[in-house]
Amino acid sequence: MERKTKINAEDGKQDLVIIREFDLPLELLFKAYAEPEIVEQWMGTKVLKLESKKHGSYQFETTDTKGNVVFKANGVIHEFSPNRKIIRTFEMENTPFGVQLEVYEFEQLTDDTSKLNMHVIYESVAQRDQLLQLPFAQGINMAHNRLQEILNTLK
Amino acid sequence: MNLRRDVFQAIADPTRRAILLLVAAQSMTAGAIAANFDTARPTVSKHLQILTACELLKQEQNGREIHYHINAKKMKQVADFIEPFRKMWEDRFNKLETIMKKYKSE
Repeated sequence: MERKTKINAEDGKQDLVIIREFDLPLELLFKAYAEPEIVEQWMGTKVLKLESKKHGSYQFETTDTKGNVVFKANGVIHEFSPNRKIIRTFEMENTPFGVQLEVYEFEQLTDDTSKLNMHVIYESVAQRDQLLQLPFAQGINMAHNRLQEILNTLK
Repeated sequence: MNLRRDVFQAIADPTRRAILLLVAAQSMTAGAIAANFDTARPTVSKHLQILTACELLKQEQNGREIHYHINAKKMKQVADFIEPFRKMWEDRFNKLETIMKKYKSE
């Protein structure tokens, strides 16, 4: 499959850019970021609060099947220009990753396609690199857990 | 056996990939590694030899025992560490696209 999502993370910098083109009209792409019940669906987290306006704030929370909170994030919105731009902060609570600044730029390509340019600025180079590596480390862990399960059945 | 032992050749074998995952969690002796597999001990030794030859594993003398551990620097050549991060966003955006397409047709 074609790689639609591009990540641009230069060595030694404390920011990165995520670019993606969508087979969606611009309005629908923007709506996916503005409406709480839609954000909930594709982010896979509960949206406790999302005030899509300048100086608005938001809160996400994910619980496991036992009701334990496994992910909690919040931030404030600094700019909210429909179909054009969102600037907001993002902070994962109870983690060492700090607060990141996110600049989302939405662009129409054709009537049915659009593009998202997401610029994320972290507090430090180390924090950016740590977050970049997180899914890699989790992948190794998951693969290892699966392996362990298989090995356990062999014993 | 082919003398050209590069990293990609090394990880082409499923047993060697399994060994790397085991050792990634903690450094282990050859015996402890072999205990995780049904394969004969000399076969596991040969795999360890290959992984060490191409520097994916490092040996460390620990008293009378030799422990194998992961050479993270070399592992980076194998697994571009940004790829899982990209994949995470790709999956998320794919989901967004699917949901909004349905939304459009509703």
